[in-house]
Amino acid sequence: MKQIENVSRRGFLKKLGISSTALVLGVQLPSMLTIPKALAGSLATDKFAPNVYVQIGTDNIVSIVVHRSEMGQGIRTSIPMIVADELGADWEKIDIIQGLGDKKYGSQNTDGSRSVRRFYQPLREAGASARMMLQQAAAKQWQVDISETKADNNFIIHEKSGRQLSFGSLVPAASKMVLPETSALILKAKQDFKFIGKSDVALVDGEKIATGATTFGFDVELDNMQYAVIARPPVLAAKVKSFNADAAKAINGVVDVVQLADLEEPAVFKPLGGVAVIATNTWAAIKGREALDVQWHESGHQVYNSDSYKEALAKSCDNPAKVLRSKGDVAKALSDAKQVLKASYYVPELIHVPMEPPAATAHYHDGIFDIWACTQTPQSAQGTVAQITGVAAENININVTLLGGGFGRKSKPDFVVEAAILSKQLNVPIKLVWTREDEIQNGYYHAVSYQKLAAGIDENGQVSAWQHHAAEPPIGATFSKGADLISSEADLGLIDMPYDIANISCAVGKAPAHTRIGWMRSVTNINHAFAVCSFADELANAKQQDSKAHLLALIGKDRKIDFSTENAKYGNYGETLEKFPVETARMKAVIEKASDMAKWGRKLPKGHGLGIAMHRSFVSYVACVVEVSENSDGKIKVHDVWMAVDCGLAVNPERIRSQMEGAAIFGLSLTFFSELTAKDGVIQQSNFDGYEIARYSDAPTTHVEIIASDAAPGGVGEPGVPPIAPAICNAIFNATGKRYRELPLKQYGIV
Amino acid sequence: MITLTVNGKAHQFNDDGEMPLLWALRDVLKYSGTKYGCGKGLCGACTVHVDGQPIRSCITPVSAIAEQKITTIEGLSEQGDHPVQQAWQSLNVPQCGYCQSGQIMSAVALLDRNAKPNDQDIDLAMSGNICRCGTYQRIKKAIHLAADLATEVKGS
Repeated sequence: MKQIENVSRRGFLKKLGISSTALVLGVQLPSMLTIPKALAGSLATDKFAPNVYVQIGTDNIVSIVVHRSEMGQGIRTSIPMIVADELGADWEKIDIIQGLGDKKYGSQNTDGSRSVRRFYQPLREAGASARMMLQQAAAKQWQVDISETKADNNFIIHEKSGRQLSFGSLVPAASKMVLPETSALILKAKQDFKFIGKSDVALVDGEKIATGATTFGFDVELDNMQYAVIARPPVLAAKVKSFNADAAKAINGVVDVVQLADLEEPAVFKPLGGVAVIATNTWAAIKGREALDVQWHESGHQVYNSDSYKEALAKSCDNPAKVLRSKGDVAKALSDAKQVLKASYYVPELIHVPMEPPAATAHYHDGIFDIWACTQTPQSAQGTVAQITGVAAENININVTLLGGGFGRKSKPDFVVEAAILSKQLNVPIKLVWTREDEIQNGYYHAVSYQKLAAGIDENGQVSAWQHHAAEPPIGATFSKGADLISSEADLGLIDMPYDIANISCAVGKAPAHTRIGWMRSVTNINHAFAVCSFADELANAKQQDSKAHLLALIGKDRKIDFSTENAKYGNYGETLEKFPVETARMKAVIEKASDMAKWGRKLPKGHGLGIAMHRSFVSYVACVVEVSENSDGKIKVHDVWMAVDCGLAVNPERIRSQMEGAAIFGLSLTFFSELTAKDGVIQQSNFDGYEIARYSDAPTTHVEIIASDAAPGGVGEPGVPPIAPAICNAIFNATGKRYRELPLKQYGIV
Repeated sequence: MITLTVNGKAHQFNDDGEMPLLWALRDVLKYSGTKYGCGKGLCGACTVHVDGQPIRSCITPVSAIAEQKITTIEGLSEQGDHPVQQAWQSLNVPQCGYCQSGQIMSAVALLDRNAKPNDQDIDLAMSGNICRCGTYQRIKKAIHLAADLATEVKGS
């Protein structure tokens, strides 16, 4: 029975605030809260604003500031869920305000899977303090003790007498109450949560997205605005030699051509330089750019060729420059081992390709910048614009639009600075957009990596030695010219390998960067988890053991791992080990859950195989099991992905599931299709034909289970990605007996 | 001078006839619901209907579609209540949402010619639309749901 009924009976349209006499059938939404009605905003002039996140108007509308960037992870829904729950707000009376870039909100850098992780507690406290001040105001009016009152649906209620007062009516009185100390705040008990942990909350932007009414970075329109694109150097740090401004200006619609300052490394978040073409529309700007015929000086980075670079990385693994984790004596254990297994893994350079490339609109006027951008990091956009243009940060307003995907690309505000520079120089509002070619060829790239692993198996069949050498260009090179050794990237799956092995050595080799290296969704966890989780499976197969049973045995007994006892400095995603321990019991629990979901151990159809991988990242635990098949032409199909996630307390389970579904596709894309290559310093791919990602027919069915937990909330946006590639390759081995150690797999003709 | 009829409204277009419809819609006529994703007809973010047929507006010059009726996401329904739009909302399909205008326009075109598509039909018809967030699975579900909805409408 499909859940459908006549909407006119249910008042579906009325609920959405839409009036229509047409007969329209709607999907029954019994389990979905409707979209907040108050999204048009509060018109009240008298407001109660006890903290930076909450404002309540005399019109009874609760405005909640979302200070983090929405890029598909659902944060514009999740933050209001947290605040509204503690406040006791009526979901249909909330209004959502996107916060400008401002340090008063704390960090707004929306990356590292930390919006809920870092702000769950402060946001609850913000809601609770507002609620308690409303309670105080009502209790005073009723001459009762505050403990006799409670908040629900935008009312403070005195249950004994049945009296109630709306939030709006309490605004003047609540504003005069004393802000409670944090220690005095009474937070809701878990069983009283109305929104947190519930799966029935509709996306606050869902209706606007479905009707094309949202504003992304590309969609900002200002009066008298002009459109700009930039011809950037094809090789990092190449300087402009010459260009033909007249030819560009001859294009109908082109109004100006501006040469930008050449880049001096380190690149940081500075513009790359080049030549900007300004026009009355984007098309004219693109045509003008094509006519520029820019000639470039040589750059030292022209030495970058992917084939030879790969060989150099492999050699670097043989001669690591720095040991980052050391336990026991790996050299001795390897030489004593009955059997030594060695394997090398390669993941190419990758790029984000959010569906919306970077875009920013800047208007410089009266010494002030008004800027709109699809940025993950409005504060660093503000800071970098201030630094480069000389305008004081307090005079730079960064409005965050919706992001058409981010994946880490929009954590770097170079494109915002470009728009600002042009608007200030030309004294007109400028919308600066990146084409897809710009995004792919001038990005901040996910580091290419080569990794060599060796393991010893002793006479008892135990894995007695684990040696992991990695070489990959560091993100540090983007900030410090010439840096050639990874640092904190090693915390992402390299030195925090959790297997219980007596002798361990993790080391890194030098790798000079020839492009801007940056963060991409789950960062070097992609490379390291691919190697570690594949190699664990290779060991299981070498020992002719069941992959899952062997993985559980490798992880070993229940314990909290402290890598500092093994000469490793582990960052733990900026969190303490007390709050977010590295717990093997949770690793094993997600493995068991994913295996149960997949019915691990069942008899499989001919040509089918199952693969398993587990990885902890961003203080969350994800295990996945993948089922693949090989057809008679040797082509691989991924049928199902079962993912079990333990991210601590699940604030917005519906969006956690969607993030895992998306992570499966993101991981599948890089497993099978995506690869960047460089020739003489120039990225060879430029669009979705050369840089491929998964399409409909590639998409498996993804099943997600969330482990019930009261632990502090961990990351969600990224942790689903790392285990996908190794689980797929392990499944392919299980199905075919072929082990693939270099991505993407399309090079082997199996897709 | 070219007359462009967008969502039933006639616009006079005086610019370069070679301009792709995408930029004419977005920058000149200010219909921003249609998105740029690749400029090469590779990703489907710019999908609109021309006389009911889905086309990639980023590679279709304005001069090629004069006199034909253009429908964009903004014109799909007056109240935002097309069965496909309702299905999208009820299943919380979008993540970032950027590609969804194009996805919805492709899905509507599919349902117009095939009222009950199966998964293979959907894979085929939607193969030109990329979603980097990875909402394919929910979109498939939503297309099936929209098909059911549309059938219910006709049957009532």
